[in-house]
Amino acid sequence: MSDLVTCRRMTMIEAINDALDVMMARDPSVVIMGEDVGYFGGVFRATAGLQKKYGKTRVFDTPISECGIIGVAVGMGAYGLRPVPEIQFADYIYPGLDQLVSEAARLRYRSAGEFIAPLTVRSPFGGGIFGGQTHSQSPEALFTHVAGLKTVIPSNPYDAKGLLIAAIEDNDPVIFFEPKRIYNGPFTGAYDRPVEPWSKHPDSEVPEGHYTVPLGKARVVREGEGVTVLAYGTMVHVAHAVCVDKGVDAEVIDLRTLVPLDIETIKQSVRKTGRCMIVHEATRTGGFGAELSALVQEHCFYELEVPIERVTGFDTPYPHSLEWAYFPGAVRIGEALDRICKD
Amino acid sequence: MALHVPEPKARPGAAPDWSGVILPKAGAQPRPDEVCAASETWPLCTDLIRVLDEAGHAQGPWNPRLDAETLRSMLRNMALTRAFDERMFRGQRQGKTSFYMKCTGEEATSVAPAMALAADDMVFPSYRQQGILITRGYPLTEMINQIYSNKADKLKGRQLPIMYSARDYGFFTISGNLATQLPQAVGWAMASAISADTRIAAAWVGEGSTAEGDFHSAMTFATVYNAPVVLNVVNNQWAISSFSGFAGGERQTFAARAIGHGIAGLRVDGNDPLAVYAATRWAANRARSNAGPTLIEHFTYRAEGHSTSDDPSQYRSAQERSSWPLGDPIARLKDHLIALGEWDEERQAAMDLDLAEQVKTATRAAEANGVLGHGLHHPFHTMFEDVFETLPWHLQEQSEQAMRERRIKWPDWRPEDGDDMP
Repeated sequence: MSDLVTCRRMTMIEAINDALDVMMARDPSVVIMGEDVGYFGGVFRATAGLQKKYGKTRVFDTPISECGIIGVAVGMGAYGLRPVPEIQFADYIYPGLDQLVSEAARLRYRSAGEFIAPLTVRSPFGGGIFGGQTHSQSPEALFTHVAGLKTVIPSNPYDAKGLLIAAIEDNDPVIFFEPKRIYNGPFTGAYDRPVEPWSKHPDSEVPEGHYTVPLGKARVVREGEGVTVLAYGTMVHVAHAVCVDKGVDAEVIDLRTLVPLDIETIKQSVRKTGRCMIVHEATRTGGFGAELSALVQEHCFYELEVPIERVTGFDTPYPHSLEWAYFPGAVRIGEALDRICKD
Repeated sequence: MALHVPEPKARPGAAPDWSGVILPKAGAQPRPDEVCAASETWPLCTDLIRVLDEAGHAQGPWNPRLDAETLRSMLRNMALTRAFDERMFRGQRQGKTSFYMKCTGEEATSVAPAMALAADDMVFPSYRQQGILITRGYPLTEMINQIYSNKADKLKGRQLPIMYSARDYGFFTISGNLATQLPQAVGWAMASAISADTRIAAAWVGEGSTAEGDFHSAMTFATVYNAPVVLNVVNNQWAISSFSGFAGGERQTFAARAIGHGIAGLRVDGNDPLAVYAATRWAANRARSNAGPTLIEHFTYRAEGHSTSDDPSQYRSAQERSSWPLGDPIARLKDHLIALGEWDEERQAAMDLDLAEQVKTATRAAEANGVLGHGLHHPFHTMFEDVFETLPWHLQEQSEQAMRERRIKWPDWRPEDGDDMP
């Protein structure tokens, strides 16, 4: 990045707000809608100040109807707007699923490009906040399974802004999941310690104005030779911290975009390390980890020295009181690393 | 207590019973001001707006007073829609395509609104509004290319027959998922309002699909944002084998649902093209003058089976069609034009012949591009295009796999065979 670009320390929520601000100012077709996003500025403050700045017809509150929010956004996209609807929690995206899967994802295909759905559906997701069953879910695998949708999950303020701008500018529908556990600070899994603020983290240096982090490009967070760690969202920080604590020479890859996936970066890394650990909060069976594991097996079979490990949430609904027994934290990741690195 | 499970009045073998259908006198319904309060339309939600009387005369305040040329054009559009349906139904039976759906008896509910709307208003149809495309002058050959999924199909053979898309004709891509187009139409209308445009949106849904959640969300968003949209419920009384009672029609009209949402509602004789035209014009003027959305229930009857995959004799009385009290929309408009002295049986017969010929010519032109399963289709790689704006690596890989499979299955393939093998 050029030295001339001014940077500001931001939390992830501030970076998201800034991305929306930049795009609202830049493109008059960008509209923001969702429950409580207007006057109030969003339950997580992601849209704070935007209605005041851009007016009620570009940033507005909606009825509590996820199928309505997504359906209306699809229609706006067909008209030529670039809607950025918010679903308050990913756990509540299901009423909008038909509109996402049957409509937004297929509009370009079924009309042979006559109509497109350039929406970016923002939604807070993931656990680690005592959110219980319906404020903690990680439903990304439901979307990565859908042809025609892109799925993006940032892990830090710099990426959050750059990826969100790229998502809004993208002409395909993007599901943009924001790990709410790390809205205000990175999380290493040490749930009994106070939250560390973003300001101490290098990735909280966020450039002013417009820039993008391209969709479909992973980031090597830490280079290493011993094992490839594939993660996204909150789990990038958790997995990274465990590797450091255990002194494992891990190459930690933040996937950033799940579809389209950066297969080249993954291949290069696993061919070098010969070992692979996949970490996600979502439940195990049919999770995105299964897809990653299959791809690594297909592409790196002869370089693999040990079985691929998947460290995930358990196949149960997300519990309240037993959150930290459920969460794939240091013990579960550590055990997997021990198995991978034992010889 | 006992659970009430609705049952239609007549099943196969029984005589139809239309005793529940109350037919008010044509011309007797008041026509409120287009910018009236939504609640003022309450009486019209349970009444039935009718213009054409039994003798074929136009009556009352809803008479749109169209000139004879426009009436003849309306008649022609409806007759062409029917001729098209007849031919395509036969084409499916002859194995030229996999599937077709007629709109017989409901032609007025698509042709008349299409004539009452502006050409650049966006319509969000269900699968039974082919009359809109025909009225807007979309080439019949293009429709048939789509039905045959042939090499000229603009949708590249991706869509089930009749799921048209025609952006240049203001016709939104049809989805197989019912009622999804309703909130989309509301969103399009909201976008038009956000952009300070003058165009409005209109959407269609069957009475059966009003039971979908999308109907409720569309009505809610339409009323909350005062969206310039006309939502049409075509109540043809049947959702495949389920009569309208399973959509809640035993208890209340479908138009009545408008009032609970604070939306203007009109219930119209859906087989009276003049009433349908007038209601659409009223609602379109209301939307365009920023007075808000309207829900129109078109009361009609699905004269044919649900689709080529359906046999209605298995679930309803065979005599329903001939005894249906609102008659045939084409016959009623024809009688009206004859009563006006602007038409006669000879011209009608000549027109029908001409339209059949027109459809035949279009069919021949489309058949030259191939029929389903006869090898003339879009190149293999097009299957992978338009999933995304650009082809990601995994689709590129799968596209190459499809090409490999093709070489294995047809080793004698040559480039001049019409595909674009590398």
